[in-house]
Amino acid sequence: MELALFIITALVTVGAAVAMVLSHNAVHSALWLVLNFFGVAILYLLLNAPFLAMVQITVYAGAIMVLFLFVIMLLGSEKGQEEVNGLPWQTPVALVLAVVLVSIAGYAVFVSPTPALATQSGAAGTSTLTIGAPDEVARSLFTTYLLPFEITSVLLLVALIGAVVLTLKSREGDRA
Amino acid sequence: MVPTEYYVMLSALLFTIGVTGVLTRRNALVVFMSVELMLNSANLALVAFSRRWNHVDGQILTFFVITVAAAEVAVGLALLVGIFRTRRTTNVDEVNTMRG
Repeated sequence: MELALFIITALVTVGAAVAMVLSHNAVHSALWLVLNFFGVAILYLLLNAPFLAMVQITVYAGAIMVLFLFVIMLLGSEKGQEEVNGLPWQTPVALVLAVVLVSIAGYAVFVSPTPALATQSGAAGTSTLTIGAPDEVARSLFTTYLLPFEITSVLLLVALIGAVVLTLKSREGDRA
Repeated sequence: MVPTEYYVMLSALLFTIGVTGVLTRRNALVVFMSVELMLNSANLALVAFSRRWNHVDGQILTFFVITVAAAEVAVGLALLVGIFRTRRTTNVDEVNTMRG
């Protein structure tokens, strides 16, 4: 049952990602990416990370993608300019290298697994899976990882100021 | 329980699709979205390993990745708006000089 849900979600996620790359309209790309993020959120639920799944939907599918759609529509770059491709040979090379990359990943995961994947004994039993509850995530976040947490808030502040300054400056540049 | 290998393989697949998007698309916004896809696939692998080792650290790291991604999107989109104001384009091939 869980495997069936995983396979369906994985197919939807990969399909949405491929559609995102192939879609010629940037708005369609963004909407496919939203579907992809929802699929990943379901996978987080399957992985015992309910709080992370909600954060994924709120922050990624909500805030970030709304920002993307807003900028796409602001710039009016839904369509076009795709025809002007300065490096036409790049596409087939990229596809070949993508196949190579997936093959190497498959080899690394299934044929010759790294120690992190190989040692089955390291994993705790399936019945004692206790991680991922919001209270435990919060406890770890506010005790062990308190300093990175605070630095993250400074980072967000810097990004906020940076975004404002970047957009303001160019407007003054137009005037000067 | 679905094996961790399947999640890691799915993550690798999504990452590769993101790489392909960055390499083949010319619209800077779609390139940016492909980068988001790659970050997201890394998050998926982190959460999968978090469950595998029954340890919450992977999920915490994913929180930080999401935060950094949000900051990156804010600054990156501001840069794109700035580039669009001077160049009138979002095609990455046409933005190949520092000054012009």
